[in-house]
Amino acid sequence: MNRFAYYTPLVLLGVLAVYFAAGLGRDSQTLQSVLINQKVPEFSLQPIEGATKGLSSADLKNQVVLVNIFGSWCDSCRIEHPFLMELKEKNIVPVYGIDWREVNRQAGPRWLKKFGSPYTLIGDDPKSRGAIAFGVTGAPETFFVDKQGVIRYKHMGPITEQNWNDTLKPILDELRKQ
Amino acid sequence: MIVETGHFALILALFVAALQGTLPMIGAHRRDQALMAIAAPAALIQLALVIVAFAALTYAFVTSDFSVLNVVQNSHTDKPMLYKISGVWGNHEGSMLLWALILSLYGGAIAAFGKNLRPSLKVRVLGVQSLIATGILAFILLTSNPFTRVVPAPINGNSLNPLLQDPGLAFHPPLLYLGYVGLSITFSFAVAALIEGRVDAAWARWVRPWTLAAWGFLTAGISLGSWWAYYELGWGGWWFWDPVENASFMPWLAATALLHSAIVSEKRDSLKSWTIFLAIIAFGLSLLGTFLVRSGVITSVHAFASDPTRGVFILLLLVVTIGGAFALFAWRGPSLKGSGLFQPISREGGLLLNNFLLTVAAASVLLGTLYPLFIDVLELGKVSVGAPYFESVFIPMMIPMLMVMAIAPFLKWKRGDFLGATARLKIALIITIVGGLLTWSIIDRASAFAAFGMALAIWLFIAVLTELAERIKLFRVPLIESGRRLLRQPRASWGMTFAHAGLAIMVAGMTASSAWRVESIQVMKFGDSVTVGGYTYTLKDVREVPGPNYIATRGTFIVTQSGASGEDDALTLYPEKRTYKTRKMTTTEAAIHPTFLGDLYAVVGDKDEKSGGYVTRIYFNPLVSWMWTGALIMVLGAGISLSDRRHRVGAPAKSKIVPGSVPAE
Repeated sequence: MNRFAYYTPLVLLGVLAVYFAAGLGRDSQTLQSVLINQKVPEFSLQPIEGATKGLSSADLKNQVVLVNIFGSWCDSCRIEHPFLMELKEKNIVPVYGIDWREVNRQAGPRWLKKFGSPYTLIGDDPKSRGAIAFGVTGAPETFFVDKQGVIRYKHMGPITEQNWNDTLKPILDELRKQ
Repeated sequence: MIVETGHFALILALFVAALQGTLPMIGAHRRDQALMAIAAPAALIQLALVIVAFAALTYAFVTSDFSVLNVVQNSHTDKPMLYKISGVWGNHEGSMLLWALILSLYGGAIAAFGKNLRPSLKVRVLGVQSLIATGILAFILLTSNPFTRVVPAPINGNSLNPLLQDPGLAFHPPLLYLGYVGLSITFSFAVAALIEGRVDAAWARWVRPWTLAAWGFLTAGISLGSWWAYYELGWGGWWFWDPVENASFMPWLAATALLHSAIVSEKRDSLKSWTIFLAIIAFGLSLLGTFLVRSGVITSVHAFASDPTRGVFILLLLVVTIGGAFALFAWRGPSLKGSGLFQPISREGGLLLNNFLLTVAAASVLLGTLYPLFIDVLELGKVSVGAPYFESVFIPMMIPMLMVMAIAPFLKWKRGDFLGATARLKIALIITIVGGLLTWSIIDRASAFAAFGMALAIWLFIAVLTELAERIKLFRVPLIESGRRLLRQPRASWGMTFAHAGLAIMVAGMTASSAWRVESIQVMKFGDSVTVGGYTYTLKDVREVPGPNYIATRGTFIVTQSGASGEDDALTLYPEKRTYKTRKMTTTEAAIHPTFLGDLYAVVGDKDEKSGGYVTRIYFNPLVSWMWTGALIMVLGAGISLSDRRHRVGAPAKSKIVPGSVPAE
């Protein structure tokens, strides 16, 4: 083997270390919230297969709503799902869904058919258009959009009964008052 | 007082480790016997001191000493004793102490049992091991001191995260750390060999049992973690490709590769620099995992509270340790020429292919884990790489590996006969095809891909049995003779048989449970029934039951096999939802009844106010227990192989020089 080849691991480690060092200073939480308190950018998503209406920014007006980013491939969404169903069944707050990055057009609808759909409207988002509009970093993520169509809060990871009661419910109440 | 003793012992351990990492190394370089003689006793003293520190912290947890910050943050008087003890490592500081303890434990083991090791090599191994310990101990003392006091002491603590209050998880970290910290020994061996510029069969013979032990623990630890996720998270999944899971999985892949390439180095005097490289990489990935989990660069469900200072420290440690090793590798590696040549089609060739696939698989998992970070640093936005990436990259690499795994043991060293080997696998091939087709036709909803997965599992399993049958000359000599041969099989080959067969069983379990899971979510009132996977579940009642430090909402399901008559065959499942008093957190305790063909899995959720019923989730998870059984068999294989005399520490009986004895000058 070429003598030089023996240096490759060292070089690769060096490159990796630079990335890590750069990554250390970043606070993932603050960077992701750049869109907070801004109007939802214009977007319009096709309906998922089997539905007639998709989701566009125009739908998110006049009431406080949750916009939930999910995908049938996303395990944590599966964990969160029963709680979203509860929100729908108890009529607590309307939840709009963005079905993000499905491998094929059937995967999302099949998933929803199997577990039930907690969503008022769903936009199909294979190309991350809607996800980019919200500054999504991963799934599941959930956004509060207020009556003026402004993104007010971003929740990363599954919504659970606990973080709902501790954080999200108070925000909802606050936004409704405004 | 005891807490201060622990703290002091830890500081002493740091100094001992620093001395042990330098003086004997200088001694080995100058052939100064007196300096070299420090290594072994120092390793034992270092171990003793870390044990004292660990015992002191354990004492603080057991007695609920709330003047210690760490105990306040992670314990509570209500907690059952088991979780008071597991609370010691259920947090960042304590788990780092466990890390250090295991590091010293392996060093101590080399010092105590390494009598037959070449003295200069032994001293250098202990030296390198101790340099790592110096880094880790300094890290603990400077950034993560578990012995910090708090004044005034609060009356009670915050308790341990309820998700961690579980018997499976109590033992998960120690096993996992015994695994990946255990790889430090092979790393030390590799670096010591690079310093000496010598890798021979004796070296490889020494490395193998340590790799095997670490690999066995790692396999057990990862499986236990996966099992925990399966029953505790309450939705029947067992692997998430979470960064923290990947952090333990990557060293496992590298260790598996190392395990196989070390065989080639020992038996065939070949692939030497590659084996050294793998030994460095395996421990490097362990350190990387530690960095990822504790620095906060990556968001994960189970990351520890992150702190950039700690991140910088571990990053430095990583760069110095692994960078140093790689620099040595670049310098000395090219001179490590092996003498054994081999044809591509040969046992070596098969093992090399296995190594290639495992390494590429580890690299792809690494890429997937770090990709979000790269993109973030380059300001290209934030992305998350989900299971689709890992599955689409990882699985295609495992398919050829499983295929080759079946054939390679039939190939001869140096030059194998591929056609001859496949000819001997005729029967296995026939069974595989029939089995695959049967799976495809019997199970409705069976996709071709899942049937293929089952066929692969069958292929490997039958090939393992065929190989065993060949070795004992089954049906070619009288049965009694075969029986005798069976008993005389070396334990190391039993180890391989077990490990490979275990993997086959595991693959079957993974395939079936991913492809054919049946689930049903509904609101049930008392008396309602639902049929899932051929079993009928009737919700009898839901009651509040008090636990030691929680209140449980316990559901009672009567389950009968559909078609079976009478209550005799009925079994009862008690899923719970626990609300922990101190942290106000709820956990799901799924009720699982494992059967040979699949697990009955029931979860009780919240009360549905509208209808008065309860949200219930019921799954039938086919062949899930096969995964745990397979893992257990693999671990058993490692154990059996370790008990082989050839692997017993100190195998070559030739060198009778007693290390540590200083000849008169």
